[in-house]
Amino acid sequence: MTDRRTPLARVLGSGSAKEGTDHWWRQRVSAVALLGLGIWFLISLAQLPGFGHDDVLQWISRPWSAVLLLLLIVSLAYHSDLGIQVVIEDYVHQPFLKIAALIVVRFLHLLLAAVSGFAILSIAFR
Amino acid sequence: MNSQGNSPGKRQARPLSPHLSIYRWPITMTLSILHRVTGVALSLGFLVLVAWFVAAANGADAHARFADLMQSFGGRTVLAILSFAFFFHLSNGIRHLAWDLGYGFEIPQANASSWVVIVSTIALTLLYWLVL
Repeated sequence: MTDRRTPLARVLGSGSAKEGTDHWWRQRVSAVALLGLGIWFLISLAQLPGFGHDDVLQWISRPWSAVLLLLLIVSLAYHSDLGIQVVIEDYVHQPFLKIAALIVVRFLHLLLAAVSGFAILSIAFR
Repeated sequence: MNSQGNSPGKRQARPLSPHLSIYRWPITMTLSILHRVTGVALSLGFLVLVAWFVAAANGADAHARFADLMQSFGGRTVLAILSFAFFFHLSNGIRHLAWDLGYGFEIPQANASSWVVIVSTIALTLLYWLVL
C-alpha cells in the first residue's frame, strides 16, 4: 500500500499520538531500573536483623541504602505513573474526567515520591 | 470464495471470531490481564512503602503503630498479596522485555513462557517467605 504520510512525518516517526515510542521507551527504561532496584530492595528486607525502629533507621541511614532507596522511590513513582496513565487512557473516555484523572494521578505520584524522599533524607541526615 | 457470491438479502455463514463453540481461553490472556492487575496492585503497594518510611521518620511510636498494623492478619495478607504481585510483575516484565528484543513471539513460545512465569512467580513467592 502506498505510504501517504509526508516525508517529514515519516522521518519524525511520531505516529498518530504525536509521541512516537517515547512513552513505551520510558516505561522500559524504568522497568530495567526497577528490575535491579526491586530485587535489591527485597533482598535487603530479608537481610534486616529485625523490623524494630532502630534496625530500620540504621538500615535506611546507611549511605548506599539511602541512595538506592531514593532511586527506588523515583523509579517506582515514574514507572507507576506511566502504567496508571495507560490504564486511565484505556478505561476513562469522557475527556474532562480523563484529563482530570491523569493530572490527579501525576500529582499524587509526585507527592508520594517527594514525601518518601524527604522521609528517607530526614532519616539519613538525622 | 464460494461460487454463490454475495447474493443480496441472503445471509451468509461467515466464521465468528472468537469461534464460540470451540473457543478456549488462552493462557496468555490470563497473564496479560494479571500483568495489569498486579501493576495497579503494586502502585497501591507504593502507598504502603511510603507509609513505612514516613512512620520510621516520625519516630518510634509512629513506627510501632505501623509495624503492628503490618503484623496483623490484614497487614500480613496485604504483604503476601503484594509480594505475589511483585514476583509476577517481575517475571512477566522480563517476558515483556524479551518480546521487546524480538524473542518468543511464536504462539507455542508465548504459551510456554506463560507457564514459566506462573511457576517462577509461585516459586519465588514461596522461596521469599519460607527461605529468606
